[in-house]
Amino acid sequence: MSRWWLPLLFVFLALPAWAGDHAAETRMLSIAEELRCLVCQNESIAASRADLAVDLRQQIREQIQAGRTDDDIRAYMVERYGDFILYRPPLKATTVLLWFGPLLLLAFGIGLLAITLRRRRANRLDERLSLDEQRRARALLGQTNDVGDLR
Amino acid sequence: MNRLLLPFAGFAVLVAFLAFGLTLKPSEVPSPFIDKPAPDFTLPQLDNPSETFSPSAMKGEVWLLNVWASWCYACLEEHPVIMDLATTHALPVVGLNYKDIRQEAIAWLERHGDSYRLSVSDTNGRVGIDYGVYGVPETFVLDKNGVIRYKHIGPVTPSAVRDTLLPLIRELQK
Repeated sequence: MSRWWLPLLFVFLALPAWAGDHAAETRMLSIAEELRCLVCQNESIAASRADLAVDLRQQIREQIQAGRTDDDIRAYMVERYGDFILYRPPLKATTVLLWFGPLLLLAFGIGLLAITLRRRRANRLDERLSLDEQRRARALLGQTNDVGDLR
Repeated sequence: MNRLLLPFAGFAVLVAFLAFGLTLKPSEVPSPFIDKPAPDFTLPQLDNPSETFSPSAMKGEVWLLNVWASWCYACLEEHPVIMDLATTHALPVVGLNYKDIRQEAIAWLERHGDSYRLSVSDTNGRVGIDYGVYGVPETFVLDKNGVIRYKHIGPVTPSAVRDTLLPLIRELQK
């Protein structure tokens, strides 16, 4: 046991490599999280265990090691699998409705609400009783002995 | 009556959207390679690894690149259809043997018939990625200039051959 410190020394020497790998791995996952796995389409490439996702994660790792930027790697994926692989679709003529559709729906809803409210207020103002109705109302009110609210 | 009309119209629109949605196939992702030159590659041939193959060798011919593997059940299903295309319709078909073990691929061809002009081994699936392959089998139609004109995802069916592939291929061969 005289060389008990040897494994410790090796662990210490390996530390920088470990740290480097960890940073690259985090970066790989951050890219993969925003990529759709095409085999199981509701999973990201980071989360999926499909063969293709494993291969693509490896592909991202290799490209990070080769010094390519995140945008380069995303472009590489889009070139092969189309915009469909991006969970965050780019703003294009064909995706305008996708991006602004919800806003349009919100505007439509607010418009509908405004119209409804205005119409309701107009209705209330229109409610003017005819002479006959006033007489009936007075007669009905006269019948009650509960005058609490009328005073 | 009027009060019911608006909600009913909304409901009808919703049903129309849903009905349209049912006709879509979300598992068939449109390929970005359509009408683009096929990515180049050089891969060893399956039955003779010392020889390589590149798509440029097929210049001047309309041909199919069929991605297959011995582990892929749907490939077995489409195999007679692919063989029919290669023999009855005299179409050159190149097999891209995707992420397979060479001996098993060769045994699979011996068992089920080999009508490929040749197959190439994409052992690590790298060329598959370059072609945007995400599910085997997939079949690409390439024209005389090496441009990808169509991609069939999943097993090729006789009706797909009759209605889509053959008309397109005959048009490209003119």
